[in-house]
Amino acid sequence: MELTFFLQQMINGVALGSLYGLIAIGYTMVYGIIRLINFAHGDVMMMGCYFAYFGILMFSLPWWASFAVALLLTAALGVLMDKGAYLPVRNAPRISALITAIGVSFLLENLGLVVFGGRPKGFETPDMFNEVYEVAGLMFPALVLWTPLLTLAILGIILLIIYRTKTGRAMRCISHDMETTKLMGVDVNRIISITFAVGSAAAAAGGIMWAMRYPEINPLMGIIPGFKAFVAAVLGGIGNITGAMLGGLLLGIAEILLVALMPELAGYRDAVAFGLLILILLFRPTGLMGTKLPD
Amino acid sequence: MDPNHLRNQILSIAGTVVLLALLYVANTQGSDYTIRILNNIAIFIILAVSYNLINGVTGQFSLAPNAFVAIGSYTSALLTLTPMEKEISFIIEPCIWPLSVITLPFIVSLVAAGVVAALLALLMGFPVFRTRGDYLAIVTLGFGEVVRVIANNTQSITNGPLGLKGIADFTNIWWAWGFAIITVFLIGRMIRSSYGMAMKAVKFDQAAAEAVGINTYWHKMLAFTTSAFFQGVGGGLLAHLITTISPVLFTFFLTFNLLIIIVAGGLGSTTGAIIAAILFTWGGEALRFVEEPMDLGFIDIPGIPGMRMVIFSVILVLIMIFARQGLMGTREFNWNWVCRKLGIGGRS
Repeated sequence: MELTFFLQQMINGVALGSLYGLIAIGYTMVYGIIRLINFAHGDVMMMGCYFAYFGILMFSLPWWASFAVALLLTAALGVLMDKGAYLPVRNAPRISALITAIGVSFLLENLGLVVFGGRPKGFETPDMFNEVYEVAGLMFPALVLWTPLLTLAILGIILLIIYRTKTGRAMRCISHDMETTKLMGVDVNRIISITFAVGSAAAAAGGIMWAMRYPEINPLMGIIPGFKAFVAAVLGGIGNITGAMLGGLLLGIAEILLVALMPELAGYRDAVAFGLLILILLFRPTGLMGTKLPD
Repeated sequence: MDPNHLRNQILSIAGTVVLLALLYVANTQGSDYTIRILNNIAIFIILAVSYNLINGVTGQFSLAPNAFVAIGSYTSALLTLTPMEKEISFIIEPCIWPLSVITLPFIVSLVAAGVVAALLALLMGFPVFRTRGDYLAIVTLGFGEVVRVIANNTQSITNGPLGLKGIADFTNIWWAWGFAIITVFLIGRMIRSSYGMAMKAVKFDQAAAEAVGINTYWHKMLAFTTSAFFQGVGGGLLAHLITTISPVLFTFFLTFNLLIIIVAGGLGSTTGAIIAAILFTWGGEALRFVEEPMDLGFIDIPGIPGMRMVIFSVILVLIMIFARQGLMGTREFNWNWVCRKLGIGGRS
């Protein structure tokens, strides 16, 4: 195999993996703090894409403004979801919370189908991301370069929030021991809502880049990336944000290499993530970087 | 031992006879539409009651019934299709050898469907039951997806995305309800047996169950494979009812429907699963109007496809928030209760 071909595929893998990582951050934050697999996370990502789409198309905002508004709206949706559906079942058995999450997921998908229609919509990529650079025989679409950079920036911001702010400290406390944190006078429900907001905004950012990559969006687009991002989160050790990012990268690279090296197995691409998930849970259930034992 | 055991058994048999008589009337007098709905109800009862065994009774939150229904559908369909039909259907790649020449009777294909699904469950069980709780949910979900991906890609066995067409419409009201009654009877017996007791113990407190000497792993396996067997049979019946199957039929969507049924009925209650399966199937038909164009005189509402699923999703979330017990909780129908309510005294 030629080196340039390999490098090209690695770059693609890193770009795809960053997207999985961005979406995985939301899973891992929410799981870390309230032990809930937020099934609807992929669908929150989908809603983020539609917000951005309508921002450009209907309100003719410049793309950057539209993306920013989409992030804010998606964060608000995350809070709404938490307050409306997850807060009432917070003290219920964990399986009840999981069923609620599955319900919310289907609600968002089907609302999407009803409101936006099932037909895929073309997503307009800003010109800036459409250019193609050529360096030493390697082709870099601008988007493939921008994705990991933006992802790193977002990761940095989230890490800053978690490790350098009071809110972040409260988040870490809750994931350690929610009851004691309550006793210390922390408004736990507010902190959890903020966690949902941050995670949802990260998912929206991932989703928008996903939409530019494929350039089309539909109401069911969140399902597969959502599942894969969850796998990435488990791979990196659920609850661990840097781990989620690494898990995402690993998954993205593995997937791209499978398709590139064994094109005849390309149809099994979507099964790779689940195969990996099963292997991890069997042999290293704490994930690659995990410190918390899954139940 | 219940002193009214004999009376209750007689009442159960009488109840079954009445049900069969009603079905006979429906089958001869009812429209095709009615019969179709009755068949759907029977199949959903089979799927929901068996799904409830692993999720409700044993408390292991599997999300893989779509995998077993898929395996059952494909197995039985491939076994009843004639070699000629297979040759016509498999246009991209021919069907592989032993499958391409055999045609078996319907009943054999149904049993085979159940057995293959149960074998798959057995294989899956080894890794799956090393996890618990929501991780088990995700792993089983993963298996469900993998089965669908495989069905999409093994062109020479499943005919890939094209699916199988021209499956004989063997499923009629007697096959469907016959198997529904058998499923309810056998799974009911299992739940009331010492195995069922052990399964319930696993659900309420796994550590305590282990402490009293219950082999939790084995009982989870038993519930999982039994449930898969009946889901496979249900899949076989489904394939011969709708006569065309393809991988898109067996997505997570199917699991979601079954999940709503057992949650609404009350996780752990077979009676609840049956009632909810009837309500869901009938309600799904009754709610069709919300997707049709409406003319309210002053305003025209165009048809909104997908509206029913929005309603079902909202119902699921509302049940979880306000009525976690579902219709029945973990209670079951029993004749003693009925007789007491009717004022017919029994020995106590």
